[in-house]
Amino acid sequence: MDTVILQHISKSYVKEGPPALQDISFSVKKGELFGLIGPDGAGKSTIFRILTTLLLSDKGTATVAGYDVVQHYHEIRSCVGYMPGKFSLYQDLTIEENLHFFATLFGTTVEANYALIKDIYEQIAPFKNRRAGKLSGGMKQKLALCCALIHRPEVLFLDEPTTGVDAVSRKEFWEMLQRLKTEGITIVVSTPYMDEASLCERIALIQTGQILSIDTPANIIKDYPGKLYALRAPKVHQLLKDTRQYAGIRLCYAAGDKLHLSFKDEGKDHPAELLSWLESKGHQGVHIEEITPDIEDCFIAKTSTHE
Amino acid sequence: MSEKAIVCKDLTKRFGDFFAVNHISFDVDQGEIFGFLGANGAGKTTAMRMLCGLSYPTSGEATVAGYNVFRQQEAIKRNIGYMSQKFSLYESLTVRENIRFYGGVYGLSDKQLKEKGDELITKLGLEKEAKMMVGSLPLGWKQKLAFSVAIIHQPRIVFLDEPTGGVDPVTRRQFWDLIYDAAANGITVFVTTHYMDEAEYCNRISIMVDGRIDALDSPANLKKQFDAASMNEVFYALARTAKRSAD
Repeated sequence: MDTVILQHISKSYVKEGPPALQDISFSVKKGELFGLIGPDGAGKSTIFRILTTLLLSDKGTATVAGYDVVQHYHEIRSCVGYMPGKFSLYQDLTIEENLHFFATLFGTTVEANYALIKDIYEQIAPFKNRRAGKLSGGMKQKLALCCALIHRPEVLFLDEPTTGVDAVSRKEFWEMLQRLKTEGITIVVSTPYMDEASLCERIALIQTGQILSIDTPANIIKDYPGKLYALRAPKVHQLLKDTRQYAGIRLCYAAGDKLHLSFKDEGKDHPAELLSWLESKGHQGVHIEEITPDIEDCFIAKTSTHE
Repeated sequence: MSEKAIVCKDLTKRFGDFFAVNHISFDVDQGEIFGFLGANGAGKTTAMRMLCGLSYPTSGEATVAGYNVFRQQEAIKRNIGYMSQKFSLYESLTVRENIRFYGGVYGLSDKQLKEKGDELITKLGLEKEAKMMVGSLPLGWKQKLAFSVAIIHQPRIVFLDEPTGGVDPVTRRQFWDLIYDAAANGITVFVTTHYMDEAEYCNRISIMVDGRIDALDSPANLKKQFDAASMNEVFYALARTAKRSAD
């Protein structure tokens, strides 16, 4: 049986307006690294809070490690690790005290499971007598991960562990997750950074409480509707303004130092026509080529057709 | 009015024997979009606080909007705008109340407040939401509104501290359209971000490592200099050299 199963989960916080979650169903296999990918307000934290038995859903059922989230909440609490989006350790306790506290809470010792957290803990151990409230963002994140792992959970829930973290620390964090995966721990992780999606085995793209698609990152990219092109020219911002005026454009948006675009209907000789149209607008050195979309392109395509 | 929005020479902030900001020097042109990058703990926030007139430098010199960071902090505060991901608007005030409050703080007259408020609400398409609490708006709308409020008094410079964190990809791009509009109107934009694709949208970028500015140029030139295909690679190459482990 799958380790995490959600069936038709819905949740509203207010009577009026769209619900926080609308009919969410998905499952996560044992030992899988599963990503919930979506912006703030998508409903990611609500899913985590329901699965960790901190919040009741309005409709639907869910199980974690074979236990029902309502009937067997007690069993779930002892076999999952949860790292909330907001730093939730004791600010007045030191690194070491926090770790021992959480180990005791789960009826184990730091020594018993030290092997699991060794790689991560060693990076913060030089500061083990510093209070958690005085740590930098990256160190807090590593301590929170250690505390969530100290009872060797079957399932690890990580709610936006890399938000506000710089690109280098984000990369290191994902390397830590890959190592934990080899220990057989099932990991459900959320992120608003689309570039992190490719580091998961399977992902769910979510927006405003609805799942847009669930698959492997490779399959989601393969299912991109139509062709995607990259357009380059020296004056990128003006190029964006002008290209959006072109009649045959379906989507056109900035992507780093170039534009990404797709055409309304395919099969015609659009790229060449667009180039000569842009040249008539005074753009020089314009270059267009078909490219493989990334997850962010897929997300944009999904949300644009969605509206 | 000087041509430069920010002039900074050997600006330093020391806490005990720790150099949070270590002799940084750079200029920012009026109307420029300037990306201020660096790993967590590299010293970005400390540098920004000095430039916004919120913290005294230990040594060095800097002027912001023509005002001295040692002697004219209050004048700086009146001539800049500021927004961050963490604090932007009052959630329990309505859209219009927030505009009135911030406009008032920035010294706009009642007449200006009314005109600017209407203009801003129309521009952002928030007519229906004008009487709603800001807390009930989606994050992307909040951030667009916060940015517009931060420049309601036409400051010479606006400081944006990770303005797009957590915002969806479509809204993130709409936010940058607003940044370009502001820059086209002559407002200097000083922005930090962890999204490396956004670094490419800036005219020039500085990258801080261990309190120093280790690179400063246009994205194209930086990529050439580091022989990198993307700004992501440039950032890795530099941030990896960091010795101080604030993180």
